[in-house]
Amino acid sequence: MRWIIIVLSLMVFPVTGFAQSGDEVIKKSQDAFFYPGKDFKARVMMKLIGKGGQERIRELTMLRKNYGEAGGEQKIFMYFFQPTDVKDMTFMVYKYPARDDDRWLFVPAINMVRRIAAQDKSSSFAGSDFTYEDVSGRDIQDDAHAVTKEEAFNNRDCYVIKSTPKAGDMNYDYKLSWIDKGNYLPLKEEYYNKKGELDRLYTSDEIKEVKGFPTITKRTMKNHQSGHTTEVKYLSVDYNIDIDDSLFSERYLRQPLKKWTE
Amino acid sequence: MMINRVFVYIFIGMGLFISTATASEISLHGFLQGNYSVDTAYSNPNGGDFKRAEERLQLKLDASKDPFHIFVKTDALYDHVDNKARLELREGYFDFRSSAWDVRLGRQIITWGVGDLVFINDVFPKDFEAFFSGRPLEYLKKGVDGAKIGIYPAFASFDIIAIPFFTPNHYPGPQRFWMFDPMPDVTDRETTEPSKTPGNTELAIRAYRDVAGFDTSLYLYRGFYRQPSAMPNDTAMPSKLFLSYPKLSVYGASFQGRALDGILSLEMGYYDFRQDRSGSDPFIPNSQTRTILGYQRQMWDDFSVSIQFYTQYMHNYSEYVENLPEGFTQEKRLYSLASLRLTQLLAHQTLKLSFFSFWSPSDGDYIINPEARYNFTDHVWGAIGANIFGGPNKSTQFGQFDKNDNVYVQVRYEF
Repeated sequence: MRWIIIVLSLMVFPVTGFAQSGDEVIKKSQDAFFYPGKDFKARVMMKLIGKGGQERIRELTMLRKNYGEAGGEQKIFMYFFQPTDVKDMTFMVYKYPARDDDRWLFVPAINMVRRIAAQDKSSSFAGSDFTYEDVSGRDIQDDAHAVTKEEAFNNRDCYVIKSTPKAGDMNYDYKLSWIDKGNYLPLKEEYYNKKGELDRLYTSDEIKEVKGFPTITKRTMKNHQSGHTTEVKYLSVDYNIDIDDSLFSERYLRQPLKKWTE
Repeated sequence: MMINRVFVYIFIGMGLFISTATASEISLHGFLQGNYSVDTAYSNPNGGDFKRAEERLQLKLDASKDPFHIFVKTDALYDHVDNKARLELREGYFDFRSSAWDVRLGRQIITWGVGDLVFINDVFPKDFEAFFSGRPLEYLKKGVDGAKIGIYPAFASFDIIAIPFFTPNHYPGPQRFWMFDPMPDVTDRETTEPSKTPGNTELAIRAYRDVAGFDTSLYLYRGFYRQPSAMPNDTAMPSKLFLSYPKLSVYGASFQGRALDGILSLEMGYYDFRQDRSGSDPFIPNSQTRTILGYQRQMWDDFSVSIQFYTQYMHNYSEYVENLPEGFTQEKRLYSLASLRLTQLLAHQTLKLSFFSFWSPSDGDYIINPEARYNFTDHVWGAIGANIFGGPNKSTQFGQFDKNDNVYVQVRYEF
């Protein structure tokens, strides 16, 4: 009998032996990554680098406000500086847990506000190697999360989580995430395609503490299949700046205030 | 000249303003653009082969010092079709903002409603020649000269627009476009714009807010129809046509929100032609009910489909038919128009392939507009496309343009 218990516990240990489940780690990671502070503002510089080295720049200000608990509703406002053909364009998202976002786009040349369809979260964000989900977070219950091991990465102790989409319609088969045990930020993510090849590789390249919140201020997403890379840098970042609810409205989508966008 | 006066006021205001603003609050951007559209089926009626051939410089000057803001967008161009250089003030306005309200004075582009290239409550001036001759989309909209006040109480938002100076729509002209003319022999024509009196100031109001997840707007407009009506001096033996802009009021609503895994849009408007409420005047349009139903959906990564169905129902149709003089083309009671737009983005969203088409089930005519646009760099893009027209009847909206098929090129360097 004792022999059977030992065997069973050996079999079960790799799954249940960790202090936290995959879902718990991913929840804490999303809270640390997408929800710190009451609100957040960053001036974001994205560099899109083609296989041949040609570069394109996307520069924007991103403002985000949380409503309710971490993991709950959020409102996001973006103002584009570059490239020139989208300068002064604004973009607004109401993000809801477990249902489609509401998205609005303002086109300054014709002073037009439009809703845009948002079911496809795996679409590229502004032409980069990041998807909308990479930018705003993927619903936790859309994947099965399992802690596969614990190991050090860049001298930080990490949980390694395997996240497998429950629906088969994603453009990757599974994702491995190295999540820092201390601050729960993802340090590395590997996306594997259906053939088991590395599809995209994410790395956090610089982490700084801003108003007490560990913040990834430089990150890279490299598409190993296409050779295309996107580097993202926060030129400035701030938290708890009392963003007014009224910012997230058609009024300011059409006429954004400089104090928020600059 | 109105334009000159607006220019002078804007530049004086700008000068005063800039002298108090710091350099970081002023920005200058713009573009250099070449835009060419060549006939593919027939030469123009005046013999030329280009619907458009021009180079253009646009400057956008933006200066702000909260709560004030000034914006001027001017184009200087050389038109090779007319061999003329021109200066256009596209927009020029002054903003003042407080937390509860704001005001914008001057020439400004206003876009309302949820239609894609079909307009009901967007009663503001448009340049349809721009659309049919392959110009960038922004040139479909013309500015209005007026004042807009925005008021933002908690329960809803309001736009109130007063336009003292009337601007008509711009339509394709008989020099560059083959088009239907019901009275080609009557060349003596006189166009009268509404006189610039306080009583003729156009008023447009929009109230909007979220209702159950749908962006909901109510609209009111009192002013003039921007497409002229023609009245002959004599219906039996016409020798002169008087063109004027009928008095129009519009009452409407629009809704747009997430539904059926996409975006659903609905817009309606009642067009009240105040000079012909009984429907008995054949030279003034009868009152109409206009409706747009639209649906947009993303089918896969960077590919979206949008469809629309538009109807225009004429009220008091029997009065219209009874009073229509002999020999005049009779309009249908119900006009309908369907549209399809397909958009695919490729190469990290630097290549955009689009297909747009209008087709009228009631008239059987159509326009097809395929386009490919590529961003060569962050500063240079180019587009190539075509406008293909057709239909069984030469008097309908697109059927009349059957001989105007064109291929166009747009190249722009933005700075």
